Amino acid sequence: MYAFDYHRPTTLKQAGNLAAKNAEAKLLAGGHTLLPTMKQRLASPPALIDLSGVAELSGIALKGRNLVIGAMTTHAEVAGSDLVKAALPGLAVLAGGIGDPHVRHRGTIGGSVANNDPSADYPAGLLALGATIVTTKRRIPASEFFTSLFSTALEEGEIITRIIVPTGAKFAYQKFRNPASRYAMVGVAVAKKGARVAVAVTGAGADGVFRWAEAEAALARRFTPKSLDGVALPDPKGLNGDIHASAEYRSHLIGVMARRAVLAASGK
Amino acid sequence: MAATGIGARVERKEDFRFITGRGNYTDDINRPGQAYAYFLRSPHAHAAIRKIDTKRAAGMPGVLRILTGADIEADKVGGLICGWMIHSKDGSPMKAGAHPALAIGKVRYVGDHVAVVIAESLAEARDAAEAIVVDYAPLAPVVDLATATEKGQPAIHDAAPDNQVYDWHLGDKAAVDAAFRKAKHVTRLDLVNNRLVPNAMEPRAAVGDYNAGEDAFTLYTTSQNPHVARLVLSAFTGIAPEHKLRVIAPDVGGGFGSKIFIYAEETVCVWAAKKVGRPVKWVADRTEEFLAIAHGRDHLTHAEMAMDADGRILGLRVKTRANLGAYLSTFASSVPTYLYAPLLSGQYNIPAIYAEVEAVYTNTAPVDAYRGAGRPEATFVIERLVEVAAREMGQDPAQFRRKNFIRKFPHQTPVIMCYDAGDYDAAMKKALEAHDVKGFARRRRESGRRGMLRGLGYSAYIEACGIAPSAAVGSLGAGVGLWESAEVRVNPIGTVEVLTGSHSHGQGHETTFAQLVAGRLGIPIENVSIVHGDTDKVQMGMGTYGSRSGAVGMSAIVKALDKIEAKAKKVASFVLEASETDIDFRDGKFTVRGTDKSIDFPSVALQAYIAHKFTGQQLEPGLKEGAFYDPTNFTFPSGVHICEVEIDPATGVTRIDRWTAVDDFGVIINPMIVEGQVHGGIAQGIGQALLEGAVYDKTGQLVTASYMDYAMPRADDLPSFTVGHTVTPCPSNPLGIKGCGEAGAIAAPAAVINAITDALGHEEIAMPATPQAVWKAVRAVAARAAE
Repeated sequence: MYAFDYHRPTTLKQAGNLAAKNAEAKLLAGGHTLLPTMKQRLASPPALIDLSGVAELSGIALKGRNLVIGAMTTHAEVAGSDLVKAALPGLAVLAGGIGDPHVRHRGTIGGSVANNDPSADYPAGLLALGATIVTTKRRIPASEFFTSLFSTALEEGEIITRIIVPTGAKFAYQKFRNPASRYAMVGVAVAKKGARVAVAVTGAGADGVFRWAEAEAALARRFTPKSLDGVALPDPKGLNGDIHASAEYRSHLIGVMARRAVLAASGK
Repeated sequence: MAATGIGARVERKEDFRFITGRGNYTDDINRPGQAYAYFLRSPHAHAAIRKIDTKRAAGMPGVLRILTGADIEADKVGGLICGWMIHSKDGSPMKAGAHPALAIGKVRYVGDHVAVVIAESLAEARDAAEAIVVDYAPLAPVVDLATATEKGQPAIHDAAPDNQVYDWHLGDKAAVDAAFRKAKHVTRLDLVNNRLVPNAMEPRAAVGDYNAGEDAFTLYTTSQNPHVARLVLSAFTGIAPEHKLRVIAPDVGGGFGSKIFIYAEETVCVWAAKKVGRPVKWVADRTEEFLAIAHGRDHLTHAEMAMDADGRILGLRVKTRANLGAYLSTFASSVPTYLYAPLLSGQYNIPAIYAEVEAVYTNTAPVDAYRGAGRPEATFVIERLVEVAAREMGQDPAQFRRKNFIRKFPHQTPVIMCYDAGDYDAAMKKALEAHDVKGFARRRRESGRRGMLRGLGYSAYIEACGIAPSAAVGSLGAGVGLWESAEVRVNPIGTVEVLTGSHSHGQGHETTFAQLVAGRLGIPIENVSIVHGDTDKVQMGMGTYGSRSGAVGMSAIVKALDKIEAKAKKVASFVLEASETDIDFRDGKFTVRGTDKSIDFPSVALQAYIAHKFTGQQLEPGLKEGAFYDPTNFTFPSGVHICEVEIDPATGVTRIDRWTAVDDFGVIINPMIVEGQVHGGIAQGIGQALLEGAVYDKTGQLVTASYMDYAMPRADDLPSFTVGHTVTPCPSNPLGIKGCGEAGAIAAPAAVINAITDALGHEEIAMPATPQAVWKAVRAVAARAAE
């Protein structure tokens, strides 16, 4: 780790001002990606703005038919929230399956979303659920937020404040873990609300999280795993391959995990 | 005393300090004025070093000194050695390239040591290392084991122009050829024994300290054998003679073989301590461990086994290519030769065996002994062959094994080893029952109804432990003897310190050795301390590896205890005014036979030191005895492991449903500790079979250089193990101990792969059998069925 300045604002306004003044500064949420990268000297931001002191960024509320989750809310808080468990149990399960207990007690939904790791779980879930990412500047639909690997629609100095997640969907997320890291090697989130069916895939896309349109069309006709029989799997050409899983294997796993997610979302 | 003596499940004495954070590991040791070392490592697998410019780095804040290969040359610091000479078929000695502690002229693997920065803090050392400018001329890397010796490959060492270290063989080729001519069935397999990275919880670390007043060094280091470290550092590097070099291996958090070896880093810490006049500390980070610790396994093998019409084994032919990495590590040469081929007979009566082993250099980290060292590789070969042969011949794999088991002892195999005792059938019978193999067919049908594939695999392993008779290993090329030492010091009030040359780095010696002593002397176990890991306290020892500490280390203690008892009897005879021959020693008491006159052991100890009851002419005061024990044979632990898996054909995920281990370790001192060793060993073996594999890319970069890509077994990868024992005492040592430290890691890989191949009906699956690999096999089977 190289030397850096450390700021710990207590209000969102202070945080915003610090971010505006320090163009090269990094926002620190749970730090699970940023700090190891800095320790390995692969990143050397001149300053960190630690958001853990900004109370207004944490907490979970049900507002109308939406869950509103503060950006600094930890995975453990989402997983353990009675509100989430009642309104959108599949999201609590997703959060409870991120990393390990240490990770879940430090890692935050805002940090995960902002980092947009191609193997992260939240992007698939939020994309499938049609969530909205609220920042200090605007509201961004998940479908426009996750742009590419480790890339988002966030602009310089823009801070995620909360995530708005519509409830009322049948929803489940199934992941196949990388045997070493246990990150999602393939993760599939399936949501059905009325006529809208969304299937979002993480861990596999060469360009990050994506929606599997063919599966959505088939499931919109009938929401059952059988509907996926005969549906063309995502083309391996657009998927990742590494020592753990070829693109072809990932493509196959997307089909398997999607079926299991549909089954779980159907409460079976 | 039954509660603490041999056979008792005594809770580990050392665990209090370990589980309450009171251990004393090398990184806990900080010397006054200590500076920190950071190694600049090669980013290239193979490159010439044109120039190292340290000028700017040397002027950076906190930097005390930067040392490179040029300083090694100037100070004439001897290179690291390989202590076991292997001769090729043609009689030529192995080709050992120079192994300087800091690279001279060339780097040979990613992670090779290029320079060391000594600075006031680690951060400053690291900053300065980044400012060192190394002008490399990259050379083509030799990474692939299969093609490393082909024409046109660049030479990694001038001493080995074709990258071959040796081309060795063992056994009778003509006899094997004849056996194969008679064969009615031949089973052939190509096997990969995957490369593993040892991952002890504690990474390697060293603190070098130099006392200018006495011109003496102290090295604190994570070693399994501090005396061997001292011997090598003094005899070969020439940094300090033995009497001026104290090596302390304090609490060590696991070794698995990887901490046997003498590495560049600790060598540099000792040397640099004098050069900078400050203690020098280095602690590996996990990435450094992945890159530069000695890796394990890495064999390519073609094996053939010949059977008669009934399935009796007639002969075995094995050809192995072993990767030794970029340099020969301390015992690297012995692992794929004498620790491997002599075990190829397994538990079977095989009349003729011929093994050829070609060891090669590659531009990868050095490869040396790792839990089991050669024996897991041998077991994988023979146990895969036997399983596949049985299947090919339509025989039950358990019955096939039983038919071929050795039943008469001693048994001389065609490959050096003389098995002294065992009852392989007893272990097999017990395992078959404990596992409920009879119920397997029913369980398989039940899995099938859920769309799952179930398989069962055996591994009937043997290993050679308790290494080893010194003259025997000397005749095979070892540079050292493999005896062990012990000293028993009885204090005047009857407490006891036992100094042992064995080293505990997780094995629980402080408990098991104390059990032996407390039981023998009839004193409370709390009154016994085990002292190890310090060359100033223990005069000499050979350390702990190869499951030798029970069989060899404890035997040395027994020898010393024999002397203690004899001396104590003499003391008692003076106190009790009886003839020495009339005195019995039992349950901690010396009694004059046929009388009620007695004295307890602590009182005798006091009498030995106050020396009031005898004169100096009659008896030497004191009660302290030492012994060296040189074993007369290897020991031969054996057993049967049965693994049952369930495979999800949709994902390729293998779940181990049940595991049964029946081991014959001879006499067991502490069943709880032994079970722990078995559990840990199986976990490592399952790791090799399902999860672990070091992968280098074509350029020689280690792809699996962190836990993000190197899969270690976790608790939820493992089933609850059913562990049982049979006992045939080892006849060659006084306690009848065989050793248990490596058994699980030796047995497990073959059992897992035999179970997976049984489930799939497909023999070609390489380790690690990851979900992807299994899924591919599932598809291959489906494609074959569709043809």
